[in-house]
This record gives sequence, C-alpha cells and structure tokens, in this order.
Amino acid sequence: MTAAQWVGGLLVFAGLPFFLLGTLGLLRFPDVYTRLHALAKADNVGLGLVCIGLGIQSGSVALLLKLVLIWVLMLIASATAAGLIAGTALARGLRPWGT
Amino acid sequence: MGVAGLIFDGLLALALAWLAWQSTRAVDLFHAVVSFIVFGLLMALAWVRLEAPDIALAEAAIGAGATGALLLSALDRLATHDARRRLLYEPATAWGFWIPAGGALLGGLTLAAWKLPAPGLGHEVLAALKGSGVDHPVTAVLLNFRALDTLLEIGVLLLAAVTIWSLGRAPSPVAAMPSPALPALGRLLFPVFVLVAAYLLWRGSHAPGGAFPAGAVLGAGAILMRLAGARSWIRSSERGPWRWILSLGLAMMLAAAVTGPLSGQAFFEYPPGTAGPMILLLEVAAGLSIALLLFALYLRGEPRDDGPWPDGQRGDGQREGVR
Amino acid sequence: MTELYPFVALLLLLNVVVGMVRILRGPTAADRMLAAEMFATSAVVIVLLMAVVSGNLALIDVALVFALLAALASVTFVGRAWSAMADNGSAAKGENDESGDAR
Repeated sequence: MTAAQWVGGLLVFAGLPFFLLGTLGLLRFPDVYTRLHALAKADNVGLGLVCIGLGIQSGSVALLLKLVLIWVLMLIASATAAGLIAGTALARGLRPWGT
Repeated sequence: MGVAGLIFDGLLALALAWLAWQSTRAVDLFHAVVSFIVFGLLMALAWVRLEAPDIALAEAAIGAGATGALLLSALDRLATHDARRRLLYEPATAWGFWIPAGGALLGGLTLAAWKLPAPGLGHEVLAALKGSGVDHPVTAVLLNFRALDTLLEIGVLLLAAVTIWSLGRAPSPVAAMPSPALPALGRLLFPVFVLVAAYLLWRGSHAPGGAFPAGAVLGAGAILMRLAGARSWIRSSERGPWRWILSLGLAMMLAAAVTGPLSGQAFFEYPPGTAGPMILLLEVAAGLSIALLLFALYLRGEPRDDGPWPDGQRGDGQREGVR
Repeated sequence: MTELYPFVALLLLLNVVVGMVRILRGPTAADRMLAAEMFATSAVVIVLLMAVVSGNLALIDVALVFALLAALASVTFVGRAWSAMADNGSAAKGENDESGDAR
C-alpha cells in the first residue's frame, strides 16, 4: 500500500473515536447544553478526519475537494443548529445544569 | 462486505422496524414525526446497501427533507397540546385485527416479491441503452422506455398541489427566531442547493441523479429559505404569473408524448436521433416543476402578500430590536 | 485498510442505534433534535465508507445530499419549537416533558 493510503486510513481510524465519544456524551451528559458540546466534537473533528482521510486515500484531488465540501456543509449546518437549539432551549426557560 | 455486512444489514432492518413502530404508535406526535424523519434517513441507507443510489438520492431529499419539513409544519398548526397526542385504537382492536391483518399483508407481499424473476429486465435495458439517448439505465427507463409513468407521476404531484391549494390560502407565516444566524444560513446555503440541484440534473444522463432528486433538492432549498425568513417566491402580487412553472413539467411531457403521433410514430416515441436533447429538455422542465411543486405543497396555500412579520420582523434580514 | 471499513461502518450504525435511546427518552424536544442531528452526521460517514468499500463513487453524491438536508432538518426543528413557544407565550409548560410513551 502506498503512503497516501496508509495516511488516509490512519486519519479515518483517528476520526472514529470522536464519534463514539460524541454518542457517549449524548447519553451521559446531564443537560442539553453539555450534550451540544459532545455533538459538536463528533460533527466537526470526527467528520473532518474521516473526509480528509478518505480524500487522501483516493488519490484524486477532485474527490478530496468534494469530500471537503461535504465537511464544510456539515460544519455550517451543525454550528448553526447548535446555536439555534441552545437559543431556543434558553428562551424556553431551560436552565443549565448546576444553576 | 462479508460478516460485517451481514450484521450491518440485520441491525439496519431491526432499526427500521423499530422506528416504523415508533412513528405509528408513539402517543406524542413530535416523537412520531422525528422517528419518521430518522426512518427516512435509515431507509436511504438501506437503498445504498441495496446498490440503488438513485432511489437513495430521492429518498434522502424527499423523505428526510421535504416530507419532514411538511410534517413538522403541519404539527405546528395543531392548536392545543392535546391535539398533539395521538389517539390509538383499543388494544383489543389493534392487536386482534389490525396488526395481524397488516402482518398477513406484509407476508403476502414478501412472498410475491420473492417469487419475482431475479434480474428482471436488466439485461434488456442494457442492450437497448445505446439508442436511448443517455448512458445511465435508470434515466433511460424513467425518461424514455417508461416515460409514461414519469408523466403520470408529475401529473399526480400537480394534482396534489392543486388540491391542497384549493383548500384555502396559506396560513400566516411561522414566526422565525430572531437570530442573525437564520438569514445568514439561508444566504450561505441556498446557492449550494441550486448548484447541487443543477449538478444532479446534469449527472442524470450518465450517473445516478436526474430530475427527481434535483427537483427535490431545489425544493428543499426553497423551504430552507422560507424558514430562514425569506418571502415566498410565488406571491400573487409579485410573481403570480410565474406559477405556470408548476405545470411546466407536465405540459412539456405531454407535448413530447404527442409529437410521436404527429410525426407518424407511436405515442411517446421520440423522433429518431433526438432522444438525447429531448430527454435533457424534459429533465430540466420536470426538475423545475418538481422543485416548485414541493415548495407549493409546503406552503399549503396561495401565499398572502406578506406584510411585516409578527413581532415586527421583516423578511429581508432586518430585525427590529435585535442588535 | 479498506477491508476494515465495513467494521467501522458497523460501529457507526451501532452508534446510531444507541443514539436512538436519546430520541426515545428525551426528556426535552431539544434532546431529540440533537439526536437527529447526530444521526445525519453518522449517516454521512456510513455512506462515504460504503462508497469507498464498494467502489461506487456515485454514493458520494448521496452523502452530499444528506449533508445539505441535515441543515434543512435542524432549521425545521428549531423553527417548529420556536413557533410552538410563540403560540403558548413564554416557556411552554406542556412541551418540556415529552416522554414519548409508545405501546
């Protein structure tokens, strides 16, 4: 296997723990606001590592760019969604855990 | 994919069954709708596993996108909290009749599907692909060999939109959250929706894609803009006459259908040598129509001439009172 | 490396199934929105991995459409929650304890 495939594969496997930790946080954290933090890690870092890894492994620049586009779209979507969900929850009177 | 693939498929099937159960039997309707949307997402995954990317595209765009938005906005309109809880059948009726009847129907359909001949007409389609004007078998079937079905599908969609619009004008607009993120999101993402829709339309001739996914993505983009605070594109005062686009797809397909007999051939037979360009024309027309039809379904009525939003917000991103 | 991708996809599907617990239990509507958002990301990665394993690069377009629609879905959820609040006035009492009880 070429170096590109090795590096790509390693990046993909490096991204997997972020997803697992994100779900763990989703289940175990005490309230919505902390769960949003957990979700953001999976969305941003996990997906980013997987996309870049697959892109490098494919060896084609066009494919890498397409995968990076997917990552950027998910970044925009999840960042905006996190802000909106938190704002809505706050406006509904949901108090953060511990306050 | 080997043993991992088997476990994957089994888990997916179980998850689908569980989500279907939740969406039909959950008492809280919001829970049911969320289950339905996730069901659509996992269904698209199932189509990917079955190596049917075209259906996966359409399922993702329509099931998770347009239908989800439609159901959630319908849920909005239920006035009281009680109305948002479903009434279920008595357990005796449900378990005694409906569920066994449904199970029997499912069993019968599974048996029938099992007995179908395995490759179907795949070989014949591939053999006839050269003369069909496109390089992708699914597009050839949808827009050439069985174009009549596509015409009827678009007709049904148009009929649904007309029926829904005939029930009354659009409800008053949903109050949007006074956050600068929403219009920014709309402005940032809508061009990408348009680009991806055009890309899918163009790819339809040689790869999975085509008019339906493209139209569904563009319609979803229009719904996003609406939710982000834009005014509806087809309000009567400004662009009412452009509503003809709603019937553009059907009209073009009918025109294509009758050019056959007019030029001495069979019904819906394209003149020789023109199959490629005609299919492209029909795809563009159908795509635009489907996008606007899905948006019209979402609006649920003729849009009013929107005045200022409630709370004094305006649709063009200038929110009063928000700094 | 590519031979192990199916197992990664399986792990992510397990992720999704486990996340469904959050959809089931709630307790607030926001939690359900979060779980749906997480599903979308996991689904994108599963489709990408399947694209690489099967060599069918058209599946990457499917992942692109998923990513786009994740944005729409989250905005729809939030819009719905906001308007429900606007109808009921301030903190909607009835909405905060949706523990979906399915029979």
